[in-house]
Amino acid sequence: MKPMKMFRFAAVAALGSLAVTAAQAEKIAITGGTVHTMGDAGVIENGIVLIDGATIRAVGRNVEVPGDYRVIDATGKWVTPGLMSASSTIGIEEVSAVPGTVDHTAREASFGAAFDISYGLNPSATNIPVTRIEGVTRAVVIPGTGKSIFAGQAAVIHLGDARDILVKPGAAMGVDLGEGGAGTAGGARGAAWVYLENAFREAGAYAGGRAPGFGEPMLNALDAAALVPVIEGDMPLLVSADRASDLRQILRLKKRHGDLKIILLGASEGWMVGEELAAADIPVILFPFANLPGNFENLGATMRNAARLNDAGVTIAIAGGNFGIRTSHNARLMRQLAGTAVANGLPWEAAMAAVTVNPARIFGIDDKYGTLERGKEADVVVWDGDPLELMVSPDAVIIRGQDIPLVSRQTKLRDRYMNLQGEAPFAYRK
Amino acid sequence: MRQKTCMSVVAAMAVLAGCASTTAAPDGDKKGEQAAKVTIDPNPYPSTYQPLPSEATLITNVNIYDGKGGMIQNGSVLMRGGNIAAVGNDIAAPAGANVINGQGKWVTPGIIDVHSHLGVYASPGVQAHSDGNEVTSPNTAQVWAEHAVWPHDPGFGRALAGGVTSLQILPGSANLFGGRSVTLKNVPARTMQGMKFPDAPYGMKMACGENPKRVYANRGGPGSRMGNVAGYRAAWAKAADYKKQWDDYEKDYTAGKDAKAPKRDLQMETLKGVLDGDIRVHMHCYRADEMVVMLDVAKEFDYKITSFQHAVESYKIADILAENDVCSAMWADWWGFKMEAYDGIRENIPFVHNAGACAIVHSDSQVGIQRLNQEAAKALGYARKAGVDISKATAWTWLSLNPAKSLGIADQTGSLEAGKDADVVLWTADPFSVYAKAEKVFVDGALIFDLNDPRRQPLYDFELGQPGEGDAK
Repeated sequence: MKPMKMFRFAAVAALGSLAVTAAQAEKIAITGGTVHTMGDAGVIENGIVLIDGATIRAVGRNVEVPGDYRVIDATGKWVTPGLMSASSTIGIEEVSAVPGTVDHTAREASFGAAFDISYGLNPSATNIPVTRIEGVTRAVVIPGTGKSIFAGQAAVIHLGDARDILVKPGAAMGVDLGEGGAGTAGGARGAAWVYLENAFREAGAYAGGRAPGFGEPMLNALDAAALVPVIEGDMPLLVSADRASDLRQILRLKKRHGDLKIILLGASEGWMVGEELAAADIPVILFPFANLPGNFENLGATMRNAARLNDAGVTIAIAGGNFGIRTSHNARLMRQLAGTAVANGLPWEAAMAAVTVNPARIFGIDDKYGTLERGKEADVVVWDGDPLELMVSPDAVIIRGQDIPLVSRQTKLRDRYMNLQGEAPFAYRK
Repeated sequence: MRQKTCMSVVAAMAVLAGCASTTAAPDGDKKGEQAAKVTIDPNPYPSTYQPLPSEATLITNVNIYDGKGGMIQNGSVLMRGGNIAAVGNDIAAPAGANVINGQGKWVTPGIIDVHSHLGVYASPGVQAHSDGNEVTSPNTAQVWAEHAVWPHDPGFGRALAGGVTSLQILPGSANLFGGRSVTLKNVPARTMQGMKFPDAPYGMKMACGENPKRVYANRGGPGSRMGNVAGYRAAWAKAADYKKQWDDYEKDYTAGKDAKAPKRDLQMETLKGVLDGDIRVHMHCYRADEMVVMLDVAKEFDYKITSFQHAVESYKIADILAENDVCSAMWADWWGFKMEAYDGIRENIPFVHNAGACAIVHSDSQVGIQRLNQEAAKALGYARKAGVDISKATAWTWLSLNPAKSLGIADQTGSLEAGKDADVVLWTADPFSVYAKAEKVFVDGALIFDLNDPRRQPLYDFELGQPGEGDAK
């Protein structure tokens, strides 16, 4: 290869990287689109969304666009809040089978509840750009269980281009009360429940400055301290369970401990106890593709679960990827999951809520995110059609006011190999 | 290794002596006379599949993707005698035919999944159902997936509800040589043989990369990609020798000599089947560079690789794959779950297609198999966004005709053409929409699944007496 050619490639590359890093918070007006606010204003045809810095300044039909706003013409397009994955390992896992890059599960740690996933967040994880360019702007990052039935503390993140992506640490306390939890607790469901009730008792003693009882406590001080906000209702208990009988035990738990804020994760047999869950105000994060008896705790799994729970009045969030409800690399599939739930009886509006405002409410960030309303943080996506459709994708993604370039490691690979003929060797195509 | 009895041979390593066929003559037989010729039955587990009863059926007023790239608006499909009788715009209903008004709906050929583990990793996914990988040696070419297929896997029914009418069950990817595949018609049956696609050629699973070297690193190897390739080469060299022994026997016997048949070796028999061109190689391979090494291995030992499975990096070498006439069976968007899947891109399928190579949408998943039409739709959407214009009708070739070609069943199924099996799906809407569902699924003209008629929705043995029995799934 001649040196001159190499130089030319390098110059092009430098321009490209400048463009990528130029995303700044600014004043943006999105005009002409059909705005699905997911709030009280409902759907606004030919609506306008004004974004000033990180915040939505106005949403409506008759909104004046000041001259200093950059206009994104969304005529013929759909405008929605950015989507939120209620169950992910985005930003905490680079390659699933490369352990050094995976920080969501402390398999060998001597504590459980105290594990705080937020310390391991990596804003440079490539699954962040891959996910956000498909309209996902927020995510809950959920720990997996190690030696304790308590997985530890989940975090809410945003998917913007920033040094700090943490929105809310301690967003929920994970606990497994299904087959997995039974195995962790010693081999039976009853053992997990005894451990759980004792842990709450010891955390209560810890909070009150009392000794937990006679003999050695089962919890170490770290876990006891971590469970205090849970039993006081300040941190939701995120319970993994599927079998209807397990869900009924969880309903009884809520009766015994009225202060607990419970969120169900999975609940593939949830439709069997839908009305009870609604009455107990227990929301469900579900994976709509679960319709096989994968094991003996989800024999009743059906694609109708989302629709039936919604009909029963349960607040649902839809999450998952290729491999199940907690996804590292394909949270972007939540649109397909929600669309398929619609094909199986869920109203479109409920499906859209299940990927935006519902997860925001479930994890307590709905004061800032989840709807397109004045004063909310500006997570806005402009789609070239119905966002739940398969051949639709974003034309613009704005996260906390930042107009995100639709670029990821994957789009760079795509662009490099799009033309297999080109004159430059592949490694010089940047 | 010398073996004294049949039993010890079987016990040692599933290598059978000529005693499998009792007609072989002992050494020193009379001159001038030939013992009975030893032949190997190529089909010892024959299909007993019988199409279910069907009636002549005409679907009218319907939009059609014909599976070979064509689109007919407001057309008709006539099924009669289990076959497709006609496809077109003006087809008269034969006397007594069942006429379905397809107004506002779509018809396609049934989807064919070339990569499924239904039946060998059946639901419920308990350890007792883990029959897809013979994880005892890096070369288990002697095992056959069909010997483990549990026909009562409820996953077959879920796939049927997604419009899958045929599928290839592959062994897993733990081994360099995983064993033989089997191609099935997706019909409920009591036995594997009752599902077996009549006269479909066998396939053989091979695997590149991380899986074999991880599984065998501490079990005698291979422990590296170098070891993987050494393992393939050693096996093919041995297979070439085995093939020569049988070819020599055949030649000598034909020449009238009282030749002695070679010892039968089940493992080598499968590899010989590949070298003879009777068995198709479907090779699990993610990385582009590994695929190209494997193309050279295939040239070195004179066999053909029919398809690369998963083929996450095929887009990097789509031109080379086109030149070598190798299919890539791919996901729309799986990536990142392991190192060799790190470079997955959303445009892999359309880019492979666009380079003139054979592109197939596959599942490798009891979940994904239920919505392969959605996988094609996502890939197509990404292609268009990247400026590659492919029609929906063309994209349907990824789901039916290309898979059929790679399985060697394209003469029977995979497109809507007169004379082919009437494997047909009527969709509630354009199957490239997330809101579309398979409404009626026909296999050989028989209505096997009906979204609106619970009597036409199979209920598998396992589901009887369980929570959710007979529920909409």
